[in-house]
Amino acid sequence: MALNTPLLDQLESGGWPSFVTDLKAYSNKRPQVGQLLNQLNESYENRWNYWIGTVLNVPGYGGGVIARLSQKADKYPDLAQFHTVRIIEPPGWVYNTSKLRELADASEKHGAGILQLHGMSGDVLLLGFDNDQSMSVAEELMEKGWDIGGSGGALRTLQCCVGQARCEMACYDTMKVTKHLTDTFIHYLHRPEFVYKFKFKLSGCANDCANAMMRSDMPIIGTWRGEMQVNQGKVKEYVKAKGRAYVIDNVITRCPTKCISLKDDDTLAVEHQDCVRCMHCINVMHKALKPGKDKGVTICMGGKRTLKIGDTIGIMIVPFMKLETDEDLDKLTEFVERVWEFWNDNGMDHERVGEFIARVGLSTFLAGIGIEPDARMVMRPRSSPYIKFEELAPSRFGGEQTKMPPVWNKEPETTEAAQAQR
Amino acid sequence: MTDMSETKMAPRDQGAPDYKINLHPVMLKNYGKWDYHERVRPGVLVHVAENGEKIWTIRAGSPRTLSADKVREICAVADKYCKGYLRFTTRANVEFLVDDESLIQPLIDEVEKGSLKFPVGGTGPSVSNVAHTQGWMHCNLPGSDAAGSVKALLDELIEDFKSERMPNRVHISSSCCQINCSSHADISVIVQHHHPPRINHSNMQICELPKVVAICPVAAIRPAVVNGHESVEVVKEKCMYCGACHGQCPSMEIRDAETDTLSIWVGGKTSNARTPPTLMKLAVWGLPNNPPRWPEVGQAVRTILDAYRKGGKAYERVGEWIERIGWQRFFEVTGFPFTRYHIEDSSDALLTFNRSTMVRI
Ligand code: SF4
Ligand code: SF4
Ligand code: SF4
Ligand code: SF4
Repeated sequence: MALNTPLLDQLESGGWPSFVTDLKAYSNKRPQVGQLLNQLNESYENRWNYWIGTVLNVPGYGGGVIARLSQKADKYPDLAQFHTVRIIEPPGWVYNTSKLRELADASEKHGAGILQLHGMSGDVLLLGFDNDQSMSVAEELMEKGWDIGGSGGALRTLQCCVGQARCEMACYDTMKVTKHLTDTFIHYLHRPEFVYKFKFKLSGCANDCANAMMRSDMPIIGTWRGEMQVNQGKVKEYVKAKGRAYVIDNVITRCPTKCISLKDDDTLAVEHQDCVRCMHCINVMHKALKPGKDKGVTICMGGKRTLKIGDTIGIMIVPFMKLETDEDLDKLTEFVERVWEFWNDNGMDHERVGEFIARVGLSTFLAGIGIEPDARMVMRPRSSPYIKFEELAPSRFGGEQTKMPPVWNKEPETTEAAQAQR
Repeated sequence: MTDMSETKMAPRDQGAPDYKINLHPVMLKNYGKWDYHERVRPGVLVHVAENGEKIWTIRAGSPRTLSADKVREICAVADKYCKGYLRFTTRANVEFLVDDESLIQPLIDEVEKGSLKFPVGGTGPSVSNVAHTQGWMHCNLPGSDAAGSVKALLDELIEDFKSERMPNRVHISSSCCQINCSSHADISVIVQHHHPPRINHSNMQICELPKVVAICPVAAIRPAVVNGHESVEVVKEKCMYCGACHGQCPSMEIRDAETDTLSIWVGGKTSNARTPPTLMKLAVWGLPNNPPRWPEVGQAVRTILDAYRKGGKAYERVGEWIERIGWQRFFEVTGFPFTRYHIEDSSDALLTFNRSTMVRI
C-alpha cells in the first residue's frame, strides 16, 4: 500500500529524531507499518482516533496483552488486529545488545516490528500483533527467558531506578528488590485478581528517579537512619572552589529543616536528628556528603493520577525498614500481602489503594494492615474535634463500654436521665 | 486461524529478566560501590567507583517509538563503543555506557551524525526528553496525538535538551486524555473535553452493575431505560467532562474533534529534594488541538521555560520557582490570564486559597 501521509510528513523536519521518518523507511519491510502511518495521518486530518480497545488473553494469562482493533480495517486490513504485548523489562532498563536484539527480532518476526522503549509503566511495548501472533511472540520470547507484563486489575510491571548499578546515592539494591518482588508475585502480574491495578515503583533515594511517589500504589524509596556521612575535608574544598555565599545560598538555606550550617572554618555543622533525608545537600555536594551507612527504605502508599478522587501522592506508611537480607525481603513480602488482603477484601471495584485509604481513613487502613500509628505519617495532627474515641465511648451496638471514662464515674444526672429514657 | 487454546504455550511464570547479564562489566564489578559522579559536559556523565574505575554515560534523546531496524542501529552503536551494553531512562532517553574516555567523542559524533541522529543531552539542568503516552498511534481513548505532538515540541526545545542552561532539571510530560498516563512533571500538556459524553444507546452493553456508573467521579451517570432498552443517562449539570466513562465504555463518546482543547499544567515534581513532591497546577487552558505541529503548545511551553530560565534560581524546580515568586507574578511574567477556572473547586479547595493577608502589592 502506498504511503499517503502529507500531515505526518511535516513531522520529518526539525532537529529531534522523527519516528515518522523511521517508520516510513521501515514500512518497506512490514506492510502494516505503512497502513499504521496512513491511518495515523487520517487521525491527524480529522483529529480523531480509530482504535477500539478490547480484551485478549494469552492462554493461561489474564494480562499482558493490550488488544486493539482498527475501525478502518476494511481500508487497512493489517490493522484489523493490532495488539500490544507488554514484556517485563530488565530492572533498571539495562540491556546487552544480544538481549535487546531478541526483542527486535521477535517483534519483527511476529508483528509489526515496532517497539516502545519504554511504556510509562516501565514495560517494553511491542506493537502490532494479531491474536495468534500475540501468543507466538510471547512464546518465542519466553523461550529466551523473557516474560509478559501485567494489565487490568493486576499487579503491574515493576519499575526501578538504576540504583546501585551506577549511582552513589542508592540506599538499597533497587534492581534486586524489583526482581525479587516481580518473581515472588509473578502470579498476580499474569492473572488479574485485584479490585484494580497495583503498581510498585522503586527508587534508590528521595530523588525518586523511578517516578514512584505519584505513579505507584507503593513507592519504595531508599533512605538511611542515623547520621549522613560528612567528609569535612571535601566540604572545605567545595567551599573554597565555590565561595561561602554560593554554599550558603544553594546548600544551607535550601535545607528544608534548616539543620545544616556553615561554620567559620568552612566545615559543615549538621543537626542529624532533624535531617529529613531530602537529598538536596548531597545532590549539590555529592563528593563531600553521602547518605548514612545504616541504609534501608521508606515505604509510602497510594500515589496515582486523577481518577476518581483527584491526584494523590504516596502517603508515608513505613518510615524505615531494612531491606538487605532474605529475612528483610520476607518481611516486605509479608507486608505487601497484608496490604493486598485488606484492600482487596474491602476495596470497591476500580478503587486504587490510595482512594481506598481516602475513603476508609488512614487510621482504619493502618488497623487493617496491622501497623501502629506514627506521628511521621502526618504533617500535623487533626484540627477537627469531632472524634469518636472508641476506647471511651459506649458501644454503638449496646453492651458494655470497653473502658469507663473518669467523668462518667461521677454518675451525673444526665446519665441517669438518659438511662431512664431507655 | 487456530484457536489459541489449541496451541502449545503453557503458562509460565518466569519473572523479571536477569539484570546481571545485562549490566556493563564495570557496573557489575562496582555494583553498590560508587563513590561520586560528575557532569563532564551536557549529555555526558562519569561515575567513579570507590576503586577509581570509571564509567561514562552518553545520554541521547530517543523518539521512544522505534522500528526494529532502529533498535538494531542502536545496538550496533553499543556494540562498537560500549561492549554491547546500554540503558534506557524513565523518559525514554538511551544511555550509551563507555569505559574508555577516548571513545566518548567518536560515540557522540556517531550518535548525532550517523544513522541515529539522536541529540546528546538531557543531563543536569536541562529539559529532558518528554514523557508521553500512546495517542492516536495506539490507544483507544486519545483526543490528541502523543508521539507527534511531542516530536514537534522537542523540535522547539532541542537546544534546551542539548544544553544545561536551566536553573534545574525540567521534566515535561504530554498526555492525550485526562487519564494522563504520562503523569506529573514540571510542565505537562493535557487534553480537555468540553461536552458530556454522547451515548450510543443502541450499542450499550449493560453489565450487571454498569461499570460506568461506578467509575464516574461525580456520580453523573445513572441507569435509565431508553427506547425500551436498558442504558444509562448522564446528568449534564453534574458531568465535568473528564472522560472516565469513555475509558470504561466505548458507547459513551466524550471526544470532539472540533471542541477538544489542550491545557498546560506546571509545578509537578516527584522528587523529595528540598520540598516534598508537589502536584501540578493549571497554567493555561484552551489551546487549540492543532496537528500536525501544535504550534500554540510549543509557544506556551517556550514562554514558561523562558520565564523560568530568567527568573529561577539555581536548583529551583519550576514549581519551587513559582512558589517563591508567587502565582500572581507567574501569571504576570508569562502573560497567561488568571481566570475563574484557575480557582480550585475540588474537595481540597479550601487548602488552596490564600488564607492570610500575605500578598505582593
Ligand atoms: S533515585 Fe536516587 S539512587 Fe536512584 S538513580 Fe536517582 S539519584 Fe540514584
Ligand atoms: S538531606 Fe536535606 S534535610 Fe538533610 S541536611 Fe541535606 S538538605 Fe537538609
Ligand atoms: S493518556 Fe489517555 S489516551 Fe493517552 S495513552 Fe493514556 S489512556 Fe490513552
Ligand atoms: S465524562 Fe466524567 S463526569 Fe461526565 S459522565 Fe463521564 S465519567 Fe462522569
